[in-house]
Parts: sequence; C-alpha cells; structure tokens
Amino acid sequence: MSDRPHPFLIAVAALVYFFLMVPLVIVVGAALSDTTYLTFPPQGLSLRWFENIFEISAFRRTIVTSLQIAFLGTLIALIIGIPAAYALNRFRVELPKWLGTLFVLPILVPEIVFGFALLKSLTVGAGVPIFAALLIGHTLLVLPYVVRVISASLASFDFSIEEAAISLGSAPLKTFFTIVMPNVRAGVIAAFILAFITSLNDVSVSLFLTGPGISTLPIQILAHVEQFFDPTVASVSVLLMFLTVAVMAVVERTLGLTFLAK
Amino acid sequence: MTQPLDIHAVSAHYGTTKVLEDLSLSVQAGELVSLLGASGCGKTTTLRLIAGFLSPTSGSIKLGGRDLTRLPTHKRDIGLVFQNYALFPHLSVLDNVAFGLKQRGLGASDRRKSALAMLERVGLAPLAERTPGALSGGQKQRVALARALVIEPPLLMFDEPLSNLDAKLRVEMRVEIRQLQRANGTTSVYVTHDQEEAFSISDRVAIMNAGRLMQFDRPEVLYRQPANTFVASFVGFENIIPFTVVGREGETVTAETAGMRLRLSQNAFGAIPDTFLLATRADGLMVSTDPAAEGIPAQLGLRTYLGRAYQYQCETAAGHLVANGSLTAPLDPGTGVKLVPVPEQCSILMPDEAR
Ligand SMILES: Nc1ncnc2c1ncn2[C@@H]1O[C@H](COP(=O)(O)OP(=O)(O)OP(=O)(O)O)[C@@H](O)[C@H]1O
Ligand SMILES: [Mg+2]
Repeated sequence: MSDRPHPFLIAVAALVYFFLMVPLVIVVGAALSDTTYLTFPPQGLSLRWFENIFEISAFRRTIVTSLQIAFLGTLIALIIGIPAAYALNRFRVELPKWLGTLFVLPILVPEIVFGFALLKSLTVGAGVPIFAALLIGHTLLVLPYVVRVISASLASFDFSIEEAAISLGSAPLKTFFTIVMPNVRAGVIAAFILAFITSLNDVSVSLFLTGPGISTLPIQILAHVEQFFDPTVASVSVLLMFLTVAVMAVVERTLGLTFLAK
Repeated sequence: MTQPLDIHAVSAHYGTTKVLEDLSLSVQAGELVSLLGASGCGKTTTLRLIAGFLSPTSGSIKLGGRDLTRLPTHKRDIGLVFQNYALFPHLSVLDNVAFGLKQRGLGASDRRKSALAMLERVGLAPLAERTPGALSGGQKQRVALARALVIEPPLLMFDEPLSNLDAKLRVEMRVEIRQLQRANGTTSVYVTHDQEEAFSISDRVAIMNAGRLMQFDRPEVLYRQPANTFVASFVGFENIIPFTVVGREGETVTAETAGMRLRLSQNAFGAIPDTFLLATRADGLMVSTDPAAEGIPAQLGLRTYLGRAYQYQCETAAGHLVANGSLTAPLDPGTGVKLVPVPEQCSILMPDEAR
C-alpha cells in the first residue's frame, strides 16, 4: 500500500468540493454584480447591494434579532445542555435509557411540526411575547445538538479522573469546573458553533414564531425575495456566511483562551 | 499520621442487588492489607465505600478516631491510586502531583517544592513539565502514586494499580509501592485479583467471595491453613476429600470416605470433627508403594516432573486426586499405590453447610 490516496478517491473528493463550492461562488458573484437583478457571472463589480442591506431597516433589525436569539438561545441551551449531558454520561448505568432519548427526540420531529407545535402552545396558548417565544423555540431547537455533541465528548472522558480529583480534596462542583470542563472544552466549542449556526440559519421554527415587528434574518430574506429580485438577497446571504465564519473564529479564540488560562 | 481503619458490619447495594454483606475488616495503623478475590466479588465496591463514592446501607467505617460513614469523599483525606491511573490530562505532571496540595491551601512555591520532592522519590523529577499523555504506563502509575502520597493521607488505597502494566514492571512496581508504603508507614488497602501480588506485598490478605469475607489473615496462614473450602481451592489445594468419622480410640480417629477407611491421629492433624474435609495440595499426599501404609488406595495415572518431585494424577474411590512421589523411584501409570496424607501439609475443614 502506498501513502498516496487512490486517484479515484481524489476525483470524488474534488467533485464533492466542487459541488459544495459552486453555489457559494455563484452567490458571492451575484452579490457583487452591479445590475439591479440577480445574475451570474456578475456584470460590473459593486458593493452597493451590501450597502443596500443596511439601508433597509427590516434587514438591520432582523440581523440584530437573529444574533441576539442565536447567542442567547445557544447560551441557555449550553447552560441546560452541559449539566444534562454530564448527568446522562456520569450516571449512564443508574439513569433509565429513555432519558437520553428524550433529549434527542426534537431532532426526529419535522421542524415544521415542531414550529407549529410551539406556535400553538407558546404564542397562542400561553400568550408568550414574540421575542421570548422565538428564544424558547430556538433554545429547544438547538438543545439536542448541544446535548449530543457534549455527550460525545464526555463519552470518552474517564470519570475516574473526576473521582481522583474529589479524593484529593476538591469539592464536586469545583471539580466539575476545574477538571471535567477543561477536558470537554472541544465539545463545548463545537456545540456552541453548531448551535449558533443552526439557530442563525433556522427558517422552519422561526417561520411560525416571528410576528409583527419581530423577525429573524432568514425570514426577512424570504419576505424580501417575494417582492424584489435585486442582488440584495445574494449580498445578505454572503453576509450571513461571513457572520457564521466570524462566530466560529471568535468562539474558537475566546473559549479556547479562557479555558487554557485555567 | 498512621491511623487504623475499622470497617464494621458494612452492607452495600447497587439498586436492589446486594453486593456486600455484613463485611467487617480492621486494618491496623501502618499495615498493608490486600483485598483478594475473583472478578465481581466486591473488592472495588469495598474500596468505593471507604472512599465515600458509595454509601453503605448499614454498618460504619472509621479511620483513626473519625467516623467516615457519612462524610463526603473530598473531606475524607484518603489517597487513591486507580487502575487506569486517572491522571489529569490537561495538567502537567507537576500540577497533577501538586493538585491535592492546592486543595489543602498550600502556596504555589510550597506546592512546587513538595511535588518536586515527591517526584524525585518516584524517580520522575526530570519529567515534571510533561503532560500525562507523553508518559509510559509505568511512569503514569508512578505519577499517580506520587499524587496520592504527597498529600500524606492517613489512608492509601489502590485498585488493581498494576494490572495495566507488563509482568516484569508489575513485579518492580509492587516492590516500589511496598517500600514507599513502609517508609511512610501509611495504612493501606490494596485491591488485586493476583494472588502472588497480594501475598507478596501484604501484611494481611482478605480473601473475598460474592461480597463476603472468607478469610482474613497473614499470607503464610492463608497459604498453609485455609479456613474453608473456598479459600483452600483459591490458594491451590487440589485435593479436598470429604470424610465421616466412624470410630474414635483415644487420639486416633477412624474416618471413612467412599467405602474406604483411614486412621488419622489428632496429635498430628489437630482436633477432627465428626464430618470434615481433608484438604491438601499435591505435596500433602505422598505416594507410597508400601501396601501396609495408612493411606488412600489409588491407581496412578499421568506422571509429570516438577523438579523437586514427580506429580501423579491418581484415580481413587474418592475421585480424582493429585499426589507427589519421590524423585528416586519414578512409578509407571497403572501402578497401585497408597496416598498418605502428610499432616503438616493438610487442613481439616468443616463442611461448608455446617458453618
Ligand atoms: N454501578 C453498578 N451497578 C450495579 N451493579 C454493579 C455496579 N458496579 C458493580 N456492580 C456489581 O457489583 C458486584 C461487585 O462489583 P465490584 O466492582 O466491587 O467487583 P470487583 O471485585 O472489583 O471485580 P473486578 O476484579 O472485576 O474489578 C459485581 O457483581 C458487579 O456486577
Ligand atoms: Mg474492581
């Protein structure tokens, strides 16, 4: 066996990348077009459609709302999800099996159904304000991912390490932060990024929960496309992509650094 | 600093299954006691009870004057060494060792000094700045040992600390553990399922079976005088023959098994109850060609050479037995002989149901 991958493998990988990248290239190209309609390849280069995003107040507002919801929702999901994942793994033998399934169940429910159910129960049923309903909806939406990803990280964590720390005189709660958390750091970062992006890009759940005056960016994009055919959609999509990448970078940096500083 | 450990009538359950029953065990100050037994007999459970990771359903645990029974683990001040080392992967070797000192509020420079001195003792000072991932198994176990010793706990506990190491290192490390334990005089509980390991390093060994203590004594006693059939077969008594006494004449007892009779002297064997088991290793049954010898009639089978003796597989009315014969006169399969019990090598046991 040689160390070089098989040419066929390279070809397949290249094709996959090609099909992944092409839409991105087209969107970026269209966003830079100087025309008043969506077109590719771009005709003339201009940043005016990027400027246009910020001239439309609905975009400005929904970008802020989306970031707030994604950030807070992810944070709450982590606050609930980390202890949940910990308990599920730490007491795997003692806890009933279905408890773990409970946390991943929402993934199995079609998001449309999930969104509708939330609309019925939260907004219509309990009269929860729109922003709060969105926040709850997104928290529930991303919670399964958080629990899953952190569970995967904890599955390879040897809990006798925790016991060793406790036996050396470290109180259990303190041990959780000084010993367990640093060892599942990668899982927490991955969970944060995955949850944030899932929330930021969500359409199905938000569709039901947005209401007068409060909407998220993807919903606003949909609304915009229904009326206009200008490249703003493309440029806003590019913006969304960059936001996503920026979040990943920032999280990697900050979480990485605080945990390393022990 | 050395304190006795006293486990009194402790029972433990996992859910509804009972894993320890009415276990009592006293470890003297400075003593090293091993818990020995087959997999699943409750050794780790006992350790976890002492450490406080598990609460007993009844009974009490005392260390020195302190009652540990309801004390949370982090306040028990017990050094633990785990089978899989359980080092903190994100901390350096030095910080691993210093961890317990930090919990005890020692300043950074004192911690460093003590931890380095401890690493020096286990021969790992040059590796202080490495992370555990970059250590060999033996080195990891030394760090684990240093980490547990540096807090100078009144009690040290080991759960199969050497089972992940290769045979040669295992022997080296157990000597090292014993030396460190002796030097510090730390009361220790050591879990293993390796009989040789337990016997070689312990002051006393507790042999366990199915959550119960079968015998607790010095290795020499366990090896020579098992108290019951479980311990007897555990320490390698191949022959366990049931007898019923049919006659007593002064100190001479006539006992019967499978239709044949044997006369035994209580002067040699000690008190003999009315029903008993004669338990012995192969070297406790001497092969004799003298037809008048007072022994069990047997038909010799396969002969193997042991260096100090020949060993014979024998068929008798009492079943299959293993006996040793002298090197000077090797005997052929099929020879009819007598198997004569050697009193010093034999144990007279009560039948299990009578206990
Ligand atoms: N968390 C648990 N839940 C239920 N039963 C358990 C649990 N841990 C151990 N047991 C059971 O308790 C009994 C004693 O287990 P323990 O771990 O003390 O055995 P051990 O003597 O240490 O065995 P080994 O030599 O294999 O480590 C076993 O029958 C085991 O199956
Ligand atoms: Mg065990």
